[in-house]
Amino acid sequence: MDLFEYQARDIFEKHGVPVLAAAIATTADEAEKAALAIGGKVVVKAQVKVGGRGKAGGVKLAENPTDAREKAGAILGMDIKGHTVRTVMIAAAAPIEAEYYLSILLDRSNRTFLVMASVSGGMDIEEVAHTAPEKLAKIPVSAVDGITLAKAQEIVAAAAFPTDVADQVAQVLLKLWDVFQGEDATLVEVNPLVKTHDGKIIALDGKVTLDDNADFRQPDHQSLVDQEAENPLEAAAKDKGLNYVKLDGQVGIIGNGAGLVMSTLDVVAYAGEKHGGVRPANFLDIGGGASAQIMADGLSIILGDADVKSVFVNVFGGITACDAVANGIVQALELLGPKATKPIVVRLDGNNVVEGRAILAKAAHPLVEQADTMDGAANRAAELAAK
Amino acid sequence: MSIFINDASTVIVQGMTGSEGTKHTRRMLASGTKIVGGVTPGKGGQVVDIDGYQLPVFNTVTEAMSATGANVSVVFVPPKFAKAAVIDAIDAAMPLVVVITEGIPVHDSASFYAYSQTKGTTQIIGPNCPGLISPGKSNVGIIPADITGAGPIGLVSKSGTLTYQMMYELRDIGFSTAVGIGGDPVIGTTHIDCLRAFQDDPETKAIVMIGEIGGDAEERAAAFIAEYVTKPVVGYVAGFTAPEGKTMGHAGAIVSGSSGTAQGKKDALEAAGVKVGQTPSETARLLRAILGR
Repeated sequence: MDLFEYQARDIFEKHGVPVLAAAIATTADEAEKAALAIGGKVVVKAQVKVGGRGKAGGVKLAENPTDAREKAGAILGMDIKGHTVRTVMIAAAAPIEAEYYLSILLDRSNRTFLVMASVSGGMDIEEVAHTAPEKLAKIPVSAVDGITLAKAQEIVAAAAFPTDVADQVAQVLLKLWDVFQGEDATLVEVNPLVKTHDGKIIALDGKVTLDDNADFRQPDHQSLVDQEAENPLEAAAKDKGLNYVKLDGQVGIIGNGAGLVMSTLDVVAYAGEKHGGVRPANFLDIGGGASAQIMADGLSIILGDADVKSVFVNVFGGITACDAVANGIVQALELLGPKATKPIVVRLDGNNVVEGRAILAKAAHPLVEQADTMDGAANRAAELAAK
Repeated sequence: MSIFINDASTVIVQGMTGSEGTKHTRRMLASGTKIVGGVTPGKGGQVVDIDGYQLPVFNTVTEAMSATGANVSVVFVPPKFAKAAVIDAIDAAMPLVVVITEGIPVHDSASFYAYSQTKGTTQIIGPNCPGLISPGKSNVGIIPADITGAGPIGLVSKSGTLTYQMMYELRDIGFSTAVGIGGDPVIGTTHIDCLRAFQDDPETKAIVMIGEIGGDAEERAAAFIAEYVTKPVVGYVAGFTAPEGKTMGHAGAIVSGSSGTAQGKKDALEAAGVKVGQTPSETARLLRAILGR
C-alpha cells in the first residue's frame, strides 16, 4: 500500500524523523483554520499518490491564512494525472538552503535492502540516476544487521554530505531505518530532505510503501487505507477475502492460483483479438479451496460488474478436486438464482476432472457450457462477450 | 537423476501438527516421500499417526536432524511464525528448506534469506511456493503427484497452478524435476539456480521456464541462459494484460513503471535464444517440437 504524503509525514514524526508542523484539510475553510494554527507562511500541497504534482500546480506557497484558503480552494478538486485532489496538506514554510535525497528500499534483484542517498535532491531522482549516476550513492543494507550508526556514517560519507550536516543526516538515517523496519515498509523515501537557513535537517516530503503481508502485526495500518479511492467491486471482494483486481474488459475471469489467472487473462486477450478486441474484465484468484461459498462470492462480484458480458471459469485441480469446484459452481448458481444472467464457460482439468465435468453436464444449467481446453474456453468466452 | 531432491531424500515437516501440515504430510507420504518426522515447538516427544506412519515430533530442527538424519525440511508454519521456523532450520544447518507458507512479510523473508547466506549451509526454496517434485522419487510440498511421471523435462516456475498446467500439457513425456520457486519479491532459489542445476543434470534433456510480471528475475535468467545453458529452453511469461501498479495475486507480481513487464521479459528471453510461447499450450508445443514428440 502506498501512503499519502501526510500519512508518511505522520509516520516520520512518530519515529522521530524531523518534520515541519502540518495539518490536513478537505475544504478551503479547514485550510484557513489550519494555516492560522500553524502561523506565518504555509505551503498548500495536493495529496495525491502520483508524482509531478508540483509541475501540475498542486503545490502553492500561501502568505497568510486567507491566501491559504484561496490556494486550497483552487487545488481541491483539481485533477492530477487522473487523480482527483480530495485532501490538501497545510505545512509550515521552511527557508531552504540545500535539498538532499534519501531512500531505503527493498532491492529485489539482489534480495537485500538498499539505501540511496544524494546531495542533489529535490528533482526527479531517476533523472539524477540517469544523467549523473555518480551523484547517487547506492549502499546495500543487510536485512540482518540493518542501519547501525557506523552504517549511517558510511552512507553519509559515500554520498559526500557536507560536514556541517553529516551528524544530523546520520541520525535521520537511523530514524528512517526505524520507520522502514518498524512499519514493515518496502520503500521509505525523503525527497527533498532539506537544510534550512538555520542549519537544521528536515524531511520536507516523503513517500512510504507498506507491505500488506505484515498487516497481521501492524494493526494501525488498516486506518491508512484510502477507502474512497477503492474501486467498489474491489472493496466488496476484499471484504469477502477474495483476491480481485478490476480491469477494463468484458470477460469476467475466475481461476485458481495467481499464475494461472494471469495466464488466463492473457489467453482471453489474445482470443479477443479475433472477436472485436474483447478483453478480460478482472483478475480473480479463488485460491486452493474452491468451496460453493467462495465460488458464489466470486461469481456474484463478477456478475455485479456491469461491464461483464461473459464469464470464464478456469480451474486446474491440483489440491482442489474438480468435482468440488463443479459442485461449487452448481450451488453458487442456485444461491444466485435470477441474479445469474451472463453465460459462463467452464474449463476444468486435473484432479477428479471426469467427476467434475459429469456434475456440470448433469446439472445442465442453461447459462453454463463446458470447454475441453484453456485456449478453446478463452475463445468461446470471448466470442460470447462480443455478441 | 533429478535436482535438489532424489529418492534418498529424507524429509521433516515443520508445522506437521497443524491442519495444512497434516493434510500435506499425508499426501506426500502417499506419493512415496520419505517423511521421518515433524517439528512443532512445544510438542516435542509426541508421536503422530498419519495413515499408519508413526511420525515423531520434535521441538527443534536440530533435534529432529540428530534423531532422524533428515536432509530436507518443508515448512507449513503460518506467516506469523515462519521466520522463527526457517531460522531454526538454518541454525540446524539443514541442507534444503522448502517454504510453502504464503503471506510472509518481506522483512522476514529478506531476513532469513540474508541469514542463510551468512551461514552458507542452507538452500531455501520459496517462500510462497508449491515446492518441488521428482516424479517417482520424492515430492516435497503440495504439487499433485499424479499429474505425470518421470521423464526428461526440467521445469522451473514462479507459479503453482501454471506448474501443474504445464506438467499436465506434457504428461506423456514426464519430468526430471519440477520446481516451484514462488512468487514473492524475495525468494531463496531463483530461476538461475534451477537452470544451472538442470544444465548440470544428465537426465534433463530440455527445460521449461515459467515466469511472470514483477522484478527482473527473468531478464537475469535470460542473460544466464545465453552464457551457461546449452540445453534447449522454452519459456512462458504470464501477465501481459496486468495493469501497472496492481499486485496480481502473488506479492511479487507487480509492474512498477516500465520495469517488470511481461513484454520486457519475453524480449529478453527471446534475445537469449529461448522460444517463448504465447499460451501454456503453445509453450508445450514448442517443447514437443524440440524433443521430436
